[in-house]
Amino acid sequence: MTATALADERLVKRIAFGNRLSHWDFKLSPYLYVSPFFILFAITGLFPIVYTAYVSVFDWHIIGGQGDFVGMGNFEWVLGQEKFWISLRNSFSIFLLSAIPQVILALIIAAVLSQNLRAKTFWRMGVLVPYVVAPVAVALIFSNMFGDQYGLINNLLGAVGLDPVGWHSQVVPSHLAIATMVNFRWTGYNALIFLAAMQAIPRDYYEAAMLDGASKVRQFFSITIPSLRPTLIFVIITSTIGGLQIFDEPRMYDTTGAGGSASQWLTITMFIYNQGFGQTGGGQFGHAAAAAWLLFLIIIVVGLINLAATRAIASAGTRSGK
Amino acid sequence: MTTTTSTPSWFTRNRARSAATNKPGLFGYAFLVIVILLALFPLYWSLLVGSGDSSTINKQTIDWLPGGNFFKNAASVLENPSVGFWKALGNSIIVSTVVAFSVVLFSTLAGYAFAKLKFRGSRGMLLFIIATMAVPTQLGIVPLFIAMSQWLHLSGSLLAVILPSVVTAFGVFWMTQYLSQALPDELIEAARVDGATMIRTFWHVALPAARPAAAMLALFTFVATWTNFFWPFIILDSNNPTLPVALSLLQSNYFIDYSIVLAGVLLSTIPLLILFAVAGRQLVSGIMQGAIKG
Repeated sequence: MTATALADERLVKRIAFGNRLSHWDFKLSPYLYVSPFFILFAITGLFPIVYTAYVSVFDWHIIGGQGDFVGMGNFEWVLGQEKFWISLRNSFSIFLLSAIPQVILALIIAAVLSQNLRAKTFWRMGVLVPYVVAPVAVALIFSNMFGDQYGLINNLLGAVGLDPVGWHSQVVPSHLAIATMVNFRWTGYNALIFLAAMQAIPRDYYEAAMLDGASKVRQFFSITIPSLRPTLIFVIITSTIGGLQIFDEPRMYDTTGAGGSASQWLTITMFIYNQGFGQTGGGQFGHAAAAAWLLFLIIIVVGLINLAATRAIASAGTRSGK
Repeated sequence: MTTTTSTPSWFTRNRARSAATNKPGLFGYAFLVIVILLALFPLYWSLLVGSGDSSTINKQTIDWLPGGNFFKNAASVLENPSVGFWKALGNSIIVSTVVAFSVVLFSTLAGYAFAKLKFRGSRGMLLFIIATMAVPTQLGIVPLFIAMSQWLHLSGSLLAVILPSVVTAFGVFWMTQYLSQALPDELIEAARVDGATMIRTFWHVALPAARPAAAMLALFTFVATWTNFFWPFIILDSNNPTLPVALSLLQSNYFIDYSIVLAGVLLSTIPLLILFAVAGRQLVSGIMQGAIKG
């Protein structure tokens, strides 16, 4: 056939003329494919991180720009601020109040979803709806529902004869309200992650347990939970990284963005924002950069604790995750 | 309860299996109904408040049915010049589309190289990318502001929102994971034996195989960019907001009148609810696929 002859001829030509070219094509192409990513990533991701370290050791203001070298001065200033420590406490408190109930609830939802349901997709999509509501929108809705005076929650509490709660004015209630926003948006999402992991557990385990007469609850704690450990740690680590950085929900919990009259719900990221870009007292780039590095260090420490936990569990179990 | 006295025959095994795949009782369905009602309630609440008037929220009793003022409140949102809702909607569409497209493009290219091509340093580079996923975005916010506003003079422009998001470490990780499983090495070998250049192999072999994962990555990037607030809030101003920034403007303009604020919240959420109705199935399977690999 002429087509194959033509192809043969082409092949010969390619070997004759393009051998060296093909060799370089083979060698260089991988680098060519990853380089657009790395170049852009270096500019938009890596440069700002490194440059933050540079800014953090200078007296640096939004108007005047780079000033005198101050060494650790900005770090000392931040660590000397009472508000920094309050914001640290608040961030951890909100994180714990959201992460723990969220993981428990997500596990329960996943356990129910993993049963042989009618209209599976409908239920799975149903629990995911909150994911497409922007955190800012979530915050505006919940700050209304958790209104101190005429809010829905306080009205309901009043209907059953309870005293109204200062959801904005008090420390723990404001953390609960903000944690509720986080839980609203992410519980269904995490339930689907757990659901996927549950479906990967071999059915034989449950069959054996059934034959041994183990109850459903017993199966959940003795088979499901241990098998989910890698996924649990993944969810906990990602929610740690996200939770300690929380900004949108507490920022929009009132109009001022101060985190309450006594910084009840001021978080670390709000502290950074207010130092760098706040309406009053902002523009302190040196302070903001130092606080950002401190946040990063805190996240690394918490991440390392998580990693240690992962290792301990991985060495305790015999099955590897991959 | 099933109790078996002898070693299980085929029949009892089968029975055990159907019990193990367990059909949920009424309680299971009732629980899910409650969960979904709770998931939808805040949206219904914004409809209740958003269709009332400014006096509605100052009442002790709650009306559980929507009032008649939603379109009036929506009009106040849409016509307010200091909020710029239509402009914000357009901006959100532009930013989310461009970012989703660029993340998918660069992630697929790099993910293909990491998953299927052998080259010096690839393992180290991939580990490095994964490690950076733990770095908080806030860490680079000050230099990003200095670069965008003082060096490039892009403050207030959409480009200042788009540029920092054109690539993500997560995207590369995602595409690498997918392609290393979904694309057989034999296909690439075959293309090379046929004399295809590397870029032809990428275009005609890798890209079609990557399509399902690329679509999901686009979807998740789109939602994440659409709902992103922190950086746009810093770099954009009231003349040129995205939707979340417009909501913050709405809040500071109407902080007394929640009926208008929550009408705006509902309006701003409608586009993503439409997206969810169309592509919610893909979001669900995307989360579930990512979970197994992660």
